[in-house]
Amino acid sequence: MPELNTSSLPDLIFSILFFFMIVTSMREVTLKVEFEVPSGTEIQKLEKKSLVSYIYIGPPTREYRAKLGTESRIQLNEDFAEIDAIHEYIIQERENMQERDKPFMKVSLKMDKNTQMGIVTDVKMALREAWALNIVYSATKRQ
Amino acid sequence: MARSKRKVPGLNASSTADISFILLIFFLVVTSMDTDTGLARRLPNPPDPNQEEEDVKVKGRNVLVVQVNMNNEISYYYGDQASRVFQANVQPSDLYTIAKEFIANPNNKANMPEFHPADPPLPLLGAYPVTKNHIISIQTDRTTKYDVYFQIQNELVRAYHDVRDELALARFHKHFDDIDPESDEGLAIRGVYPTKISEAEPKQYGGN
Repeated sequence: MPELNTSSLPDLIFSILFFFMIVTSMREVTLKVEFEVPSGTEIQKLEKKSLVSYIYIGPPTREYRAKLGTESRIQLNEDFAEIDAIHEYIIQERENMQERDKPFMKVSLKMDKNTQMGIVTDVKMALREAWALNIVYSATKRQ
Repeated sequence: MARSKRKVPGLNASSTADISFILLIFFLVVTSMDTDTGLARRLPNPPDPNQEEEDVKVKGRNVLVVQVNMNNEISYYYGDQASRVFQANVQPSDLYTIAKEFIANPNNKANMPEFHPADPPLPLLGAYPVTKNHIISIQTDRTTKYDVYFQIQNELVRAYHDVRDELALARFHKHFDDIDPESDEGLAIRGVYPTKISEAEPKQYGGN
C-alpha cells in the first residue's frame, strides 16, 4: 500500500492556527458571575477592543452561591467588588490606555436581564463621578 | 583527493504537525471569538459639588416622563397640568410611537414641545424650527428589572433614529445610516433632533 504523503500537513495546520490567531482575541477574565444580556434592535458593534473596559453584573456562579447568595453582584477584573471600587477601577483602566485613546474610553456594562435597577443606577452614578461617560449596555441583536 | 559524495541528512519533520496542533489547540482554548455588541449611550457630566443646587426650570410641555414601578409596569405622561396626558400600563413598543410624535411634534400640539429657530443656524438647514428644549426622562424604582429599562431605552433610541431617518429622506433623499455623522448633513440632522434622554430625574414644575 502506498504511504500517504503528509509533508504538507504542518503547513495546513499552521494556516488554521494563523486564522484562529487573527479572528479571535484573548479571553479577558474568568467570569465569577452569570449573566444573560438583554436583546434589542438598535444594537451597534463595539469596534476597538482596546478602548473598552468591562463591568460584569449578575448572580454569582454556582460555586460562589453558598457564600454569596443569588443576588446580583459586581465583578471587576478577576474579583467581586463593591460600588466604591468602580472609581478606582476606572482610573486604573484609564491609566493603562494610551494617551490619545483616553477621551474615547468606553465602558461595556454586561448585566444580567433580571438585575434590579438600584444596582444599575449606583454603578452609573459611580461611572459619572469617574468621568467615564461613554457607556454601552451590552446586548444581543434581535430582529 | 577524491571528493566523496556526502549527502545532507534530511531533517525529520514528522512531528511539526503535532507541534502545530498543540499550538492550535492552545489558541482555541485561551481565546474567544465573540465580538461585543450593545446599545451605546452617553451619561451626563457629574454634578459639580461647588455649584449651588440650581433647579432647572423645565416647562411641562417639554417633558415626557416614563415611569416604571416595582412591578415593572410602564406608564408615561407629558404636557403641563392643564393638558396633561397620562397613560398607564403601556408596552415598550407604545413608547416608540409616543416618543416619535413627542420629539417631532408634527401637528404642533400645545402639550408637546415648542419650536425654536435653531441658534446657531444649522449647516444646510439654517434656522430650522427645532424642539430643542424637549427632554425624555426615565424614572425607575430600585427594584425594577434591568431588562424593562433596557427595552425602554431601546425603543427611545429607535424613535430618535426613525425621526432622523424620515428627515434625512425628506431633505437629503438618503437614509440616515448612509450619512457620515461628521458631515454637514449629519450635523444638521442631529441638530434638529438631538438625543435628549435624561438619566437623572428632572423636577417637574407647573406653569405654562
